Amino acid sequence: MTTTQEEVLSKVREIVSPWKDKKGGLIPILQQAQHEFGYLPPEVVQAISDEMLIPLAEIYGVATFYAQFHLKPRGRHVVRVCRGTACHVRGSLKILEKLKETLHVTDNGTTEDLRFTLEPVACLGACGLAPVMTIDEQTFGRVRPEMLGDILGKFE
Amino acid sequence: MGLYRSHVLICGGTGCVSSGSLEVLEALKKGLAEKGMDKEILVVSTGCHGMCEMGPIVVVYPEGTFYCRVTAADVPELIEEHLYKGRVVERLIYKGEGKASDVPHYTEIPFYKKQHRIALRNCGYINPDSIDEYIARDGYAALVKALTEMTPEAVIEEVKTSGLRGRGGGGFPTGLKWSFCARSAGDKKYVICNADEGDPGAFMDRSLLEGDPHAVVEGMLLGAYAMGANEGYIYCRAEYPLAIKRLKRTIEQATEYGLLGEHILGTDFSFELHIKEGAGAFVCGEETALMASIEGRRGMPRPRPPFPANKGLWGKPSNINNVETWANVPSIIRNGGEWYAAMGTEKSKGTKVFALTGKVNHTGLVEVPMGTTIREIVFEIGGGILNGKKFKAVQIGGPSGGCLTKDHLDIPISYESLSQVGAIMGSGGLVVMDEDNCMVDVAKFFLEFTQAESCGKCPPCREGTKKMLDILTRICAGKGKPEDLEALEYLGTMIKETSLCGLGQTAPNPVLTTLRYFRDEYEAHINEKRCPAGACTELTRFIIDADKCIGCTKCARVCPADAITGAVKQPHVIDQDKCVKCGACAEACPVKAIDRR
Repeated sequence: MTTTQEEVLSKVREIVSPWKDKKGGLIPILQQAQHEFGYLPPEVVQAISDEMLIPLAEIYGVATFYAQFHLKPRGRHVVRVCRGTACHVRGSLKILEKLKETLHVTDNGTTEDLRFTLEPVACLGACGLAPVMTIDEQTFGRVRPEMLGDILGKFE
Repeated sequence: MGLYRSHVLICGGTGCVSSGSLEVLEALKKGLAEKGMDKEILVVSTGCHGMCEMGPIVVVYPEGTFYCRVTAADVPELIEEHLYKGRVVERLIYKGEGKASDVPHYTEIPFYKKQHRIALRNCGYINPDSIDEYIARDGYAALVKALTEMTPEAVIEEVKTSGLRGRGGGGFPTGLKWSFCARSAGDKKYVICNADEGDPGAFMDRSLLEGDPHAVVEGMLLGAYAMGANEGYIYCRAEYPLAIKRLKRTIEQATEYGLLGEHILGTDFSFELHIKEGAGAFVCGEETALMASIEGRRGMPRPRPPFPANKGLWGKPSNINNVETWANVPSIIRNGGEWYAAMGTEKSKGTKVFALTGKVNHTGLVEVPMGTTIREIVFEIGGGILNGKKFKAVQIGGPSGGCLTKDHLDIPISYESLSQVGAIMGSGGLVVMDEDNCMVDVAKFFLEFTQAESCGKCPPCREGTKKMLDILTRICAGKGKPEDLEALEYLGTMIKETSLCGLGQTAPNPVLTTLRYFRDEYEAHINEKRCPAGACTELTRFIIDADKCIGCTKCARVCPADAITGAVKQPHVIDQDKCVKCGACAEACPVKAIDRR
């Protein structure tokens, strides 16, 4: 990303401003920052620390605790494969293995062209359609390994 | 609202949306408008009907005709035949186990017949984005009743009488919990809704928030009034974007109607409600961890006491209940605690929502009175096991629960009966397993989950679950030792007794129950290096039955490891040393000549 230092700072100021005098803002700030920058690059975390007067160690402590936060760049599309119980007993491991093989990535890895990031997740809550995967906001149910080529093809 | 001769309800829950219900909705609206019928027939997008497997679901009222797996292409016929000519489209109606029958009313379908819906009463029936539809179903009547006719103490008494217990899994009596917080001194108190539904295999909270969000908000209002709180939080998983969207809309509407904010209904009672998005940590379902997360810290539990009722969010007295618990409260206040207590067993009152999933014909959400047997749920409501296979086990209560066998099918479900046999009610996930599921693999699967989600604060959970997982992984790989089983039991019992929070205290349950009820499977893995269900890859062997093989060469062509040899029209053979156990050959074989052992 070719964002300048000043742009980062002004964006971060905008994000933290509603939380300056309120309690409990760190997680929403990180969520908003990640939404804006795609992930949490060091300069953004540093800017949040400076603006909110929260030690870097504390911010990294929180950011690494929760699965939602990412410290590395991510693909344009996030592929989530449900590894919940209902999906497991209906064969979601095969879906995940096939995706890893097709995309040449490991769990939580991103393809070199930054097209896809593959994330196994605990449960997507659509157990009735097991096995389930999502790409960005779209849900795909009753997925079979042979369907994956077509599904991935829809996302550039 | 206008008057309509017919209402077409289409499910807008996550399950049906991913099966294409939005396209059906658009096609219906467009088709009716083209025919000029949009003034006499109303199309409503509702919350979840529960029968997600059969989605997208369309129900036509007043007849109550239940159509399933409807696609946009079916819509012209549906409009022409049913809505125009009044003839049911038989090919789309629900047919049960393939028996042609009379067109059943929605409520007569076996899946729904045995259910008793209190928490889910509006799900699939109203448009969740419309506060008017909620009010038309007696919504907010309980709030009016409480604020105008009842003291806060009377509200708590009513909840105590109902016998309602925490539906998130703990099972603590809700009325009693409320009375602790109400008694706690302090002018600032909080009520919190735990919507961090993290159990894999459970989605009742999601469906409730998506299908009837006002009921949850009304429940929280009643709790806040009873306990003297004026601020509340709904802590919802970020993985549930639709639920969060609906909740935001709900809060806007309720505020607009004067049901949230200052001086609600002209009384002195004020209440402000916020939504907090979770950031992905299973342990945040634990109440002290959840509060830490709202405060913007790492979501790690702390020892209790002090209990949240005395020192909770930001050190103030707080009360936290789960989504389903809150959703039950309005009905209890409206109909009285006695009414609720008339259902269920002696100590477990009312109804419970279960998420029925796995190898069962009808997966979905079911709400039944406490005391219903597992057999009724799996075989009558769920329609039995998928593909006519044999029932093997049911896993109850998520990763903290236990695996029960066919011998437990007739147990009437209650908090007590389940804990007696080593399982827990948990949030109400019921995952059905058949003969192809290996119980050692299942136990390992759950432990992988809890081990990864352990926050690492207390050593028994952090180190103990890791050690147990190492042992299970070894057993599944065919490297188990006879003394492993004893070690698992020792570790499991120790972790249960010494962990800080509910996560560690229950994490060994799946291992301990499978050891108790399926010990022979563990022994087969260890002593015979064999996986009886054929699920553990490293212990599985693929063998071609020479009598069945027709020598078509399909298997040899799909094998990625060139492990299969044989001449055309001659039986083929798999070289076990080369085989990578991918199973591609078994899938490719047209005559099912390849056995998995």
